[in-house]
Amino acid sequence: MPVGRLSNAFARAKAENRAALVAYVMAGDPSLEVCAAILDALPKAGVDVIELGFPFTDPMADGPSIQRAGIRALKNGTTLRKTMALVAQFRQKHPETPLIVMGYLNPVETMGYDAFARHAAEVGIDGAIIVDAPPEEDADLRAAMQASDLALIRLATPTTDAKRLPAVVAGVSGFVYYVSVAGITGDKAIETADIAEAVADVRKASGLPVAVGFGIKTPEAAARTAKIADGVVVGSALVDVIASAHETGGDAAMAAALFCQSLSQAIAQAR
Amino acid sequence: MDARNSWGSYPDAQGRFGQFGGRFVAETLMPNILALQQAYEEAKADPSFQETLDIFLRDYVGRPSPLYFAERLTEHFGGAKIYFKRDELNHTGAHKINNCMGQIFLAMRMGKTRIIAETGAGQHGVATATVCARFGLPCIVYMGATDVERQSPNVFRMKLLGAEVRPVDAGTATLKDAMNEALRDWVTNVKDTFYIIGTVAGPHPYPQLVRDFQSVIGRETKQQMLEREGRLPDALVACIGGGSNAIGLFHPFLEDESVKIYGVEAAGHGIETGLHAAALTGGRPGVLHGNRTYLLQNDDGQIIDAHSISAGLDYPGVGPEHAFLKDTGRATYLSATDDEALEAFQLCARLEGILPALEPSHALARVGEIAKDVGKGGIVVMNLCGRGDKDIFTIANALGAKI
Repeated sequence: MPVGRLSNAFARAKAENRAALVAYVMAGDPSLEVCAAILDALPKAGVDVIELGFPFTDPMADGPSIQRAGIRALKNGTTLRKTMALVAQFRQKHPETPLIVMGYLNPVETMGYDAFARHAAEVGIDGAIIVDAPPEEDADLRAAMQASDLALIRLATPTTDAKRLPAVVAGVSGFVYYVSVAGITGDKAIETADIAEAVADVRKASGLPVAVGFGIKTPEAAARTAKIADGVVVGSALVDVIASAHETGGDAAMAAALFCQSLSQAIAQAR
Repeated sequence: MDARNSWGSYPDAQGRFGQFGGRFVAETLMPNILALQQAYEEAKADPSFQETLDIFLRDYVGRPSPLYFAERLTEHFGGAKIYFKRDELNHTGAHKINNCMGQIFLAMRMGKTRIIAETGAGQHGVATATVCARFGLPCIVYMGATDVERQSPNVFRMKLLGAEVRPVDAGTATLKDAMNEALRDWVTNVKDTFYIIGTVAGPHPYPQLVRDFQSVIGRETKQQMLEREGRLPDALVACIGGGSNAIGLFHPFLEDESVKIYGVEAAGHGIETGLHAAALTGGRPGVLHGNRTYLLQNDDGQIIDAHSISAGLDYPGVGPEHAFLKDTGRATYLSATDDEALEAFQLCARLEGILPALEPSHALARVGEIAKDVGKGGIVVMNLCGRGDKDIFTIANALGAKI
């Protein structure tokens, strides 16, 4: 019941009158071993949904933090298959926490849509965000994922107008990811006042929880976002915490957990 | 589907050339891309758009470019007559300005106030900086830091024209990384910014509109050839990086089945070494920079760095229409190594008194064989799409000369 795991996580957060914390980390960053330890530490640190990036050489929608994480991951030999192996390892200890993968289409095309969906379902992945597969281009991928009961999560953005929104939310399951700023990951800071209405529109059009991401760097920003969104996504800031802990010889898993705890607490007290 | 009778109908409404092309971009860009498509359709239906463009192509770019009979090269090879379409004589020294002129008029039509572009060798950057200067629009050119080093004359030219050149350190610091960075800029500044893509790649409608703007090359060639020889050529030859000069020459001839079509990719140190830029010859289909096409990639779908002595061909992909022409068999794609291109460059310099750019030197490296294959009495046209002044430092270095 992969999509069920996602729905349950958002339902549980809603029942506790709080937003869900969605945490992004890059597979294989800073190494496959340390990444496994980080994933292992996230559920206890208050993370409701894990977004696991799989690296691509040309991440055209990502800012410097995630670009660098991808380069580190590729240097470590991380592939889509190794990303899936990390998930399989994670699932042995964490049967409940939903985990989705996020990346670009070419590694998925290379594996083949059907093989990707089947393999993802086998290792316990709940869904995927493929950044460069807009609704106009994702029909075959969507069919393959539905056949394996996986959620295809799409991005809605400030440039997605009312005319386009129905097409963007059609066929989506799990949740919708609202990109809070027109830009790349980790770039501009979020302005929650500007997006409250848009988030409500997306929620209404999709009938699904809406997680908001891009530009959420601090517990304060997470709390502000948590007032208006069903989920708060933190990516670049967490990737930076992991990188700086690792580079200074610290415990990256511990640093990631502490940062996520601070986000989780801020979100819990936001409403 | 019988593609042969309907080459002109591609791409389809989804921007596909068969399985290739499409619009593989982040959602943030989709509305912009759809708006661009609509603006382009409207411009095409507006006669004043083409009229204005034609005036600038004539008086500012210097079109039509001559069709030149390369008599001494013809004698040298002893086969078919060899003609050069001399797009290196355009203002700014390459075919790139044909497209920039078209796109700057589109940008102004759409009310955009800021222009961005990517460049490899710097030719497209210079052409973009040129049209921006002419029409008073701010211009930002993304260029891989490696290319900024090896193409310093063009960097200075862009600066003289008032453009800001932003070196890109990410990835391999070459053309593909410059394109990534330009796409990131566009995602961040969607409202006011127009992205002038320099080749027939990127998301739909770019492969179509760049092709249409470059097709002036083939239309002129056809007319000039009919005037000169009273018939169509037997073969067309052009170099392929992204493939904009090639598609510009090829497209108006696609339905003329008697005309054989040859594209020449950069084989770098040799296809077998893995150090090359021949996506059609040595790659397989995948998705990069907004379209599905042939790509240099590994078993995990990661993009492999291209290698070519020519910065303009140093790209791991190729325009989707070329991928389609390859798979349908309408065009044949060959390759030439760095060394072969250098040899062809020197031959052309000595026999014809023309310094070709390193890009068309790759096409030139296969022209002799094609001319022999076509045979005496036949006609071959090669697109001499750029001049070699920009390359003299690279060439001196490769030949071990000091200048």
